[in-house]
Amino acid sequence: MQSDPKSKRSIGWMGLARGHKARPVEWISEKLIFLVSLSAIVTVFLIFVFVAREAFPIVFGTVNNQVTQKVIPAADFDKLSPEELQHYLGLSPSEFAQKSKDTLTLLMELKEEAAKEATKDKDAAVNTVSWRYILKPYQWSDYDKPEYIWQPVSQISKFNIVPLLIGSLKVTIIALLFSVPLALGAAIYVSQLAKPRVKEIVKPAIELLSGIPSVVLGFFGLIIMASVLQSLFGYQSRLNAFVAGIALGLAVIPVVFSIAEDALTSVPRSYVQAALALGSTRWEAAWKVVLPAAIPGVFAAVVLGFGRAVGETMVVLMASGNASIMSGNLFDSARTITATIAAEMAEAVAGGPHYRMLFLIGALLFVITFMSNLAGDLVMHRLKGRLEGRR
Amino acid sequence: MVTMTQQLPQAEVPFDVRTKHFHWDSFFFAGLTGAATYLILAILGVILGVVIFNGWSSFTWRFLTGGTERDIFSVENAGIYPMIIGTTARVILMTLFVVPVGVVTAVYLTEYAHSTSVFTRIIRGAVNNLAGVPSIVFGLFGAGFFISFVGHGMDSVLHPGDARGVWGRPAIIWASMTLAVMTLPVVIVATEEALRVIPQGLREASLALGATKLETIIKIVLPQALPGILTGAILAVGRAAGEVAPILFTGAAYYMRSLPHSVTDQFMDLGYHVYTLSTQSPNIEKTRPILYATVLALLALTLTLNIVAIVIRSRMRAKMRLL
Repeated sequence: MQSDPKSKRSIGWMGLARGHKARPVEWISEKLIFLVSLSAIVTVFLIFVFVAREAFPIVFGTVNNQVTQKVIPAADFDKLSPEELQHYLGLSPSEFAQKSKDTLTLLMELKEEAAKEATKDKDAAVNTVSWRYILKPYQWSDYDKPEYIWQPVSQISKFNIVPLLIGSLKVTIIALLFSVPLALGAAIYVSQLAKPRVKEIVKPAIELLSGIPSVVLGFFGLIIMASVLQSLFGYQSRLNAFVAGIALGLAVIPVVFSIAEDALTSVPRSYVQAALALGSTRWEAAWKVVLPAAIPGVFAAVVLGFGRAVGETMVVLMASGNASIMSGNLFDSARTITATIAAEMAEAVAGGPHYRMLFLIGALLFVITFMSNLAGDLVMHRLKGRLEGRR
Repeated sequence: MVTMTQQLPQAEVPFDVRTKHFHWDSFFFAGLTGAATYLILAILGVILGVVIFNGWSSFTWRFLTGGTERDIFSVENAGIYPMIIGTTARVILMTLFVVPVGVVTAVYLTEYAHSTSVFTRIIRGAVNNLAGVPSIVFGLFGAGFFISFVGHGMDSVLHPGDARGVWGRPAIIWASMTLAVMTLPVVIVATEEALRVIPQGLREASLALGATKLETIIKIVLPQALPGILTGAILAVGRAAGEVAPILFTGAAYYMRSLPHSVTDQFMDLGYHVYTLSTQSPNIEKTRPILYATVLALLALTLTLNIVAIVIRSRMRAKMRLL
């Protein structure tokens, strides 16, 4: 309508001065719709802020859980000023304000007991939530050599996260080794080799597989697969990283399949037709023409599958055995980051070092999955753009 | 361009009619990848088969409507009525939160925003990322944000004298809100798909007749997109109904004497009950029948919802292809 862009009529600040055409309801509703649409951004931001918020004191080293501190008996509760009490219990002002008198007395009693029990142990003077003890091995008393130990509920709580990382990594790798070949094979078959009618059956069926709740997959791994796999492979502990990985693979298959199938299908049919016209077989066309064209999509599928596997909770909580041991053996029990949070959150005192450690590993998990999702989405976006000729 | 949309003749037998050559490689690899496909389907079949076969005999009317007794592990008296009520209630509450927000966001993305603007890309990126956040992190978020921040905040304003608090505890409303945050991408993506396939001509016709943009959206666009919105809502419910990790610390209870009466009560949950029965049972062999029956109930609920969503969506797509 407007031939010259400069002649576009000014409509004032945020469209307020639209003269006789001003429609206040339209204007308000448009702004409201815009505000609501920000919810997704706000939520992602809030998730990070509120998970990280609880972990910050550990990240910046302001938490101290040394057992040997000057102990104030709980009976002296009334003698302390609120500031002294808050400092003594190591709480932030807002947390302190939220807690009732009973909770505070309880916290004092807990401290008192812990100090009594920790007799002359040299570990009692160790602040186990500082980074050195979170990441590096340490020779605790009664141990022969420095070790990585996650043992939050004991006299001296030990919070080394390396065993949990190893556990998550082991289970995730097994899940990917099991699910990626199957899901990719199925994606190639369904998108390139099978009759269209097969696609109409297989795609909804795999969607149905993704509709099975993870607690049911965990149940299946724990009750049925664990026994079957044990009798097949004859390993020792019934629940282990291998069982959990296979059960987890069932949750990963739909993710990898649907993304890879999408990428393979979005390769233009003319590629296949050209390959067939040049005399290649149907398999050669699929393997040497379509797959290379869609390879970023396959990569994205694997990356997003990794994100799903590393973040899955119920399957590993139920089927992995949950012993936090440092071991490269796939048939040993394993404890993952997710299962640790799920299992220990209930017993952790809100605001305490254990609670904060669980939020710290939660924040770590968030960052890992955020990165892998971002990478997967970027790659997929570029691939689509290229195949549709936008670039 | 016509050739591009044509389907290739899909030969099941890899035999080249012109050269009379049999393509061994196609035959072999179609068999291999086909085997992978059918193995996945077989696993699905085995899971469903095992659960139905073992759970069917205990899946009685009494089992579905009983279960207020103290001993949740007793094979004779156990039932799952409180869990069905709890799961249904939290899912309905969640729908009330997530559907309006999801639909409005999708409307903004398709009807108002410029599809190339940086802002739209950020929103899309956020939605994609939200879809990939692990469910246990949503649980932590629910505990850290809804319960300790919002809940405690509400308590300090509304019930300043009450030391125990009303809102600052795990409750059905916080569990529902956590799940609403988790399923937001599902609703947004499904609604967006439905809005996108509505022909531009419908909108233009409405505008040409003098309707405003808002009127067009409310009276023309949204009614057309209703099946898609419904699909999104059902998929979100199906996803949320089976999730356990986000509600572990935001509201689910191991045992409750009574059904939840208000939104600040805790609740018993079907998925959480499956977890309880499979890991906490004093005698796993003895409680096996009720475990299978509970899994069967959960699977029946979630898979029915998923099948309904898939059917509605495929019908919608078929209809849209005709337009």
